[in-house]
Parts: sequence; structure tokens; C-alpha cells
Amino acid sequence: MATLSEKVLTKAEQNSKTAQNGRAEVEKTGTDGTAGTPGTTDATEPVRPAAPSTPVLSVRDVRISDRAAGQEIVHGVTFTLTPGKAVGIVGESGSGKTLTCRATLGILPAHFEVTGGSIEIDGQDISGLSSARWTALRGATISAVFQDPASYLNPSIRVGAQIAEVLKVKKGLKRREAHRQAIELLHAVRLRDPELVYSQYTYELSGGMLQRVLIAAAIAAGPRILIADEATTALDVTVQAEILDLLADLRERTGLALVLVSHDLAVVAQLCDEVLVMRQGEVVEQGPTHEVLHNPRHEYTRLLIAEHEQYGLDKFLGADAVEPVRTDALNVVEAVEEDA
Amino acid sequence: MSTDRSAPQPAQPVLDVTDLEVHYGVRRRRRQALDRVSLSIAPGETVGIIGETGSGKSTLARAVLGLVRASAGSIVIDGEEVGSYGHRQWRALRRRGVIQYVFQDPLRSLDPDVPVEASLAEPLLIQGVSRQEAATRVRAFLERVRLSADLLDRLPGELSGGQRQRVAVARALVTEPRLVILDEPVSALDSANRVQILQILKELRADGVALVFISHDLGSVAGVADRIAVLYQGELVEVGATADVINQPQHPYTRLLVRSAPTLHSAAADRAERESLRALLHA
Repeated sequence: MATLSEKVLTKAEQNSKTAQNGRAEVEKTGTDGTAGTPGTTDATEPVRPAAPSTPVLSVRDVRISDRAAGQEIVHGVTFTLTPGKAVGIVGESGSGKTLTCRATLGILPAHFEVTGGSIEIDGQDISGLSSARWTALRGATISAVFQDPASYLNPSIRVGAQIAEVLKVKKGLKRREAHRQAIELLHAVRLRDPELVYSQYTYELSGGMLQRVLIAAAIAAGPRILIADEATTALDVTVQAEILDLLADLRERTGLALVLVSHDLAVVAQLCDEVLVMRQGEVVEQGPTHEVLHNPRHEYTRLLIAEHEQYGLDKFLGADAVEPVRTDALNVVEAVEEDA
Repeated sequence: MSTDRSAPQPAQPVLDVTDLEVHYGVRRRRRQALDRVSLSIAPGETVGIIGETGSGKSTLARAVLGLVRASAGSIVIDGEEVGSYGHRQWRALRRRGVIQYVFQDPLRSLDPDVPVEASLAEPLLIQGVSRQEAATRVRAFLERVRLSADLLDRLPGELSGGQRQRVAVARALVTEPRLVILDEPVSALDSANRVQILQILKELRADGVALVFISHDLGSVAGVADRIAVLYQGELVEVGATADVINQPQHPYTRLLVRSAPTLHSAAADRAERESLRALLHA
């Protein structure tokens, strides 16, 4: 798969016209991409609060099929994302959560296609979008980070230069200004020594630091939507919490809307307003996080909760927030396993 | 700083590590990986060793395995001081099957060309168990890890990730060890498989098998461990009963671990606390 940064780096002539000399602190991002074509967005437009009711992303009954196998893999996913909102998708590998994200980004693998429903990013239906329009949209309006940060960065180029490249291509910045803003971004993702990190190579950085670099690159052009697909899965729990806190922080400060994908219900529950539980291409449960945690209706959701109640820290922490799930919920393990 | 709040253990420990030090590298590149680590595991006890990448948790496992040499301290396995063991003695000890291991990635610990049955029988045949007896025991242990006998002639590549890890657990158990060391055994598995492996491990405790559960995630071992030992930068900073460590963590790093583990409970208040703990630890 072509990496996000590569995509971002590919020609985006329209965008380079939006040269912006002003400061591009992260605080201001999320308000510069207004409805319409990002390529024609006037960067000097005054900051205006986005109407919270206007969705930045609507996914309506999206179905995805594998043309080679002649099979529908994802059977209808629906959710809406308004600025500052966070939606979580929980499911195991093969549940269709990643395919859903990839469809949203227009990067479905070969012979997979959206065969039903619609996806609108910032009011634009993405079906039949030209590759030039996609390039304009990615990075500037919708962005993403994935599980293995190192594989999205070039090992032979300093990481800072890779972020600066995004700024040069997407925002048309000159070298010096791109360098300055890249350092600001590294600072914004709370890397302790931004100047040092700027000049380092991927092998010199830990997984958590690399994921921060990737997040910095992903938010460089001020997107309104960030998709984090298992972005913390390979990290130590303490580092995972740091990254999740960072995402929560970006969301609060900039109104960034999040799609958080994880196999762990607890990860999603911490950050998201709404949760979708997927299994075998189907959304088996969907609703406000609180509701899903307290009144899980599907046996699979109950299993996900029971895992934490029986084997996780929740077993020891005060049971004030969540009703304990009966032990027999664990019996569904066998059932779930068998028809998986 | 070490806070041991666990009750005294009466029986002779299956593993007794005292003031263990391990160094990597030589001369100026010499780095200390473990600093005076002491830990005792009682028969049938389950202990979780928690630490981040680079904390020395895998080094501890490797030292107990005889894969890295300790520069100081002692390791006593089932009453035998193994610190001065040579290659041969280690091999003899391992062949006895008293201590066994399960690693994170079963694909890398199972020979891809060996079917499940042969893979499980091998440690028994090495011990001199008859083929017939080995076959019976292999089937019994396969059942204990809830795998069907139909899988016996499959290759590891023909199994799902969860099935493979259960085969690895079964192989660790066939020699009826007194101690099993598990290094991130469920980290790569999905929920259903994780719960299943944890259930199997819980049952083992009833048989008096001691388990050492190594993980970066306190949450993944909390449900099965009697005690938790926290390793931070090569030092054992806290040891105690699981509920105590979670409810009254003493060391700032343990507190950060507890506050960082994903839980279903609202974590809004934890964010500020995490922030201050990080600042404290990095100061």
C-alpha cells in the first residue's frame, strides 16, 4: 500500500496555491478546512467556529465487497462524525473495521470496492472522485495513522524533513517556514526535544515517538478528521495512554474529529462518544459509549466487557461505573470461537 | 526502592532469585539490565512481572532460562542453584522439563515443518517416555487446552493464531512442569482467544503449577495473578498482592501503569494524574 506520507507527498498542485504565511499552530487547525474543495480554501479566511451539527464525515450503510471472491465483506456501516466528535469501531481482525476505514480514505486494497451506501467527506460524496481530488482531500481534510508507524516513514530521511515535506506540498510553505512549523508540530505532539527529533532517523526513535511523528505528519495540513486504526496496539500501555491522551487533547483544542479503531473496547471507550462493535463484517452493536457499556445487547459485546470485568483491572477497580457482567457471559467464548 | 507486601511463603519456592544482576556489553558499552532483583515464586503461585520495553523483564526470563549469564546473584530452581551451571547441566535441567516456557509468537516457537502431534510428543520422547504413553499424554493435554484431536496432524501454519498459542501452552505442559514462564502469551491474540488462554492458565493453578506471567500490560495479567512484581529500569520497584498493587500502588511508575491500563471506567480524571506522574518520572 502506498503510504499516507507518500500520498501526501504526491503532486498536489491545487494545494500548493494555498500558500499560507501565517502561523499554523495546531490550535488553528481544524478550522481552516471549510466545506467545499480544500484546494480552493482561502487560508486567510477568518477562524469561524464550525457548526457542530454539520457532519465532517457521514458514512451511510456502506457495503464493501471482494470482487475476486464475489463476496460482500462489510454489510452496512453507518455513522456520522461532527467536528470534535469521536467514534470508535471495535472488532477483531477480519471484522471489517479496517476495510471501512480504508473505504473512507479511498484506499481499499485491489479488487475490493464499495458496492453500496455512500460516504461523504465534508459534504462531498467520494464515489467517483478523481485521484487529483483525492490527493487534495487527504491530509488537508481527512488523515490517518496506522499500527506500524515505522513502515510509513522513509528510514533514510530524517523524520523532521518528512513532516516538512508534507507542509511544503500541502500548504505550499517555503523551506524555512516548513522547518519551523514541523518543529512546532513535533512540539504539539509533545515530543520532549523537537529540534533533536527533527534531525533523527526512524531507527533512533521508539515506537511511541514514531507514532507521535506520524500523528504530527497527519495533522500537519490541518485535517478535520483523523482516523487512528490500531494506532496504539503495538505500544506499551503507558505509551498507549500517552498517545490516547494526545488524541483527546488535539480533539479538545482543535475540534479534530476522530475515528478510533481498536480490538480493545476499553481503548475506544476512553475516548469515544459513540461505539460501533463489528463482527464478521456486521455492526452487531452501536450506540453512545455509556449505553453500550451499561446495556450491551449483543453477546459479543458482553464478551468484550466480560474480558475486562473478569481478567482486567476492572475486576479490582470500583464497580461504580459499570454493572458487573455475569460470569456465564464468558461461556460465549466457545460459541464465538466456533463460528468465527 | 522495593515494597514487598506479600505474605510469607511457607513451602520451598520453585524459583528463588536473589540479588540478580545482569549486564550486557563490555567495558564502556557495559549496561546494567537487571539491578539486584530478588523474587521468590511459591509452588502453584501465579506471579505477573510487569514492565515496559527495556525494563529488563525479558532479561529476567532469559536469565532464569540460562540464556543469559548473571553477573551477580543467585538463581535457585526447585532447590538447585543454577547460577554456576554449564551448558550441559542446563541442558539436563531443561530436559527434565521442570521449567517450561511459552513465548508471544507461537509461529516462532513451533517448528513450521512438524505436525502438532510430533511437536507435543517430542519433549516426552526426549525424557524417555514410551511412544504409546506419549501419545496418550499428548491427547490428554490437547483436551486440556480445548483443542480437538483432529488437529494432531496439522502443521502450525494450518492453525489459527489462538489454536497455535494453545498448542504452545500444551507443549509446555506435557512434561508436567512445576514452573511455566510465559512471555506476553496473550498479547497477540484477540479477545475470545485471550479469554480462553487465561481460563486455561487459571485452571493450571489448581494443579499446583507455578506461573510467571510477563507482560507490559498490568490489565492483561491482573485477572490471573496472585502477586504482581513491577520492573522499572532494571529494578524491581514494587511487589505485592494483585489487589494491593492495583488499589494502592506505591511507586510512581506503578501508579502510572495502573492509570494507563485501559479500563471500562471513565478515565477523564486519570488524564491529569497520568500527566503529573509522567512529569515526576521524567524529572
